[in-house]
Amino acid sequence: MPAPALEVNGLRKQYGRTTAVADLTLSVAQGEVFGFLGPNGAGKTTSMKMLLGLVLPTSGSGRLLGAPLGEAQARRRIGYLPEHFAFHEWLGGRELLRFHGRLLGLRSRALAGHVEELLRRVQLADAGERCLREYSKGMRQRIGLAQALLGEPALVFLDEPTSGLDPLGRLLVRDVIRELAARGTTVFLNSHLLSEVEVTCDRVAFVRDGRVVRELSLGAAERDLEVELRVDRVPPGLVAGLAAFARDVREDGACLRLRVEDETALPALSRWLVAQGVGLYHLAARRRSLEEIFLEVIS
Amino acid sequence: MRAALVIAQMTLAEARRRRILAAALALGAAFVTLFAVGLHFIARDVRAHANPTQQGFAFAYVVLAALYAANFLIVMTSVLVTIDTLSGEIGSGVIETLCTKPVPRWSVALGKWLGCWTILALYAAVLCGGVLAVSRLEAGYTPPQPARGLALLLLEGTVLLTLALAGGTRLSTLANGLTVFGLYGLAFIGGWMEQIGTVTGNAAARYLGIGASLLVPSESLWQLAAYLMQPPLVRDAGMGPLSPHSVPSPAMVVWALGYVAATLALALASFRRRDL
Repeated sequence: MPAPALEVNGLRKQYGRTTAVADLTLSVAQGEVFGFLGPNGAGKTTSMKMLLGLVLPTSGSGRLLGAPLGEAQARRRIGYLPEHFAFHEWLGGRELLRFHGRLLGLRSRALAGHVEELLRRVQLADAGERCLREYSKGMRQRIGLAQALLGEPALVFLDEPTSGLDPLGRLLVRDVIRELAARGTTVFLNSHLLSEVEVTCDRVAFVRDGRVVRELSLGAAERDLEVELRVDRVPPGLVAGLAAFARDVREDGACLRLRVEDETALPALSRWLVAQGVGLYHLAARRRSLEEIFLEVIS
Repeated sequence: MRAALVIAQMTLAEARRRRILAAALALGAAFVTLFAVGLHFIARDVRAHANPTQQGFAFAYVVLAALYAANFLIVMTSVLVTIDTLSGEIGSGVIETLCTKPVPRWSVALGKWLGCWTILALYAAVLCGGVLAVSRLEAGYTPPQPARGLALLLLEGTVLLTLALAGGTRLSTLANGLTVFGLYGLAFIGGWMEQIGTVTGNAAARYLGIGASLLVPSESLWQLAAYLMQPPLVRDAGMGPLSPHSVPSPAMVVWALGYVAATLALALASFRRRDL
């Protein structure tokens, strides 16, 4: 089994009396697209900065691509797009990528071709010579994304990559993440756009108060089905009886709501209801959205 | 070291693109031009009315006055060029994507130092080189030991530049500027205390000045440069603030070099340890 791309244990960051990250423990497999979710102030950005060596942890340890956190050598294979990508505004887009490529140690001839390819990928080939201060917000975000992809990294950290992008820009980011995943690149994604996370990530972790409070695989088999029933009456013992088939059974006005692990439970459930002499008018099952799970976990 | 050179190139490119270099060099050239025109008329008058000894005094005084002004501009430039180079990029977040590249943190700070120092050296060369060239061409006068004198002025600028870089690793741009200019002010007034203490025989004032020079060895380097760059006859005449009565010892140069090395090492270590 290959070593995880990222593994941290008990990472903590304290600023005086304020705890920014209490106890971050998580592991991300190689090639995984991992979503790092949580409300504002949950410690996501500080956590990401500790992983990248920008912030020194107060305690805890971790490894990034096999090297201890903060080691310069591991950063050769890492890409990073910060939440608010700031850069030398007096540079042109092409120059910015070349400068960052040189810091990565890329040779000038190979770098020139690589830069052109990235500019095309983020649809900025025609704007490569323009000064960055003339770029729109979306263009800045896209040049930042290109910067994060320099050197074909094995692990890419994206902090709110779709912030400020229009729907076409968001689609581009989604495509890039899919391409990275297809290439086996690990992606660590921090985003508030849960619909984006839902379609791009393999797994997510929910963070609250600087701790991972829940991890969840986004494969269909791993998420509960929410079932809504409408029956003509609710005789005594019905709710207790349904608990044999499902979890979290509750009455909600004229409906009964419950959760089952997967849809194979539904035929037996409906047969049992009919056997109880209950008239069944409506049975609907749907997967819970990531947003619903997020709200439940975080609140 | 490769990364430090890339960062140094970027710092120079930034100074060029943001017209920092152009402004400094253009105003430096204006300074030299003004000095040239002034010296032209002064030299014409002095040659017409003064004997060779008096001419020597006059030219030495005028050239030293120009170098004193150049020294002040070098001090200002060394601080202004460096003050924002780290703190500005830390504040804006530009530094984040640089420091997540596979380069040691210290090399980023060292590259900034190298870039700023190159700008300072260019500026000092234009200013002081211009003053000396004009002096040679217009008055036929070259001060004694010009190379050692200019090296000391550059070292003075380097002391303040390095302090500004070290401050920038922890302080905001404004706080850093106030701190470095405040330290320069301490050294400046300390230098005066030392001179006055020497003239009046007041040991307390003299030691206070020496203490300030050890804390920030900037003013003492100017005084040593001024001492070296005037003929012995002029030195002995004691031309006010331009002719030091208490001449700093050569050990002060060694102290200043060590001071730069230690402050730079501190700056690199401080930047390496700070959260970004």
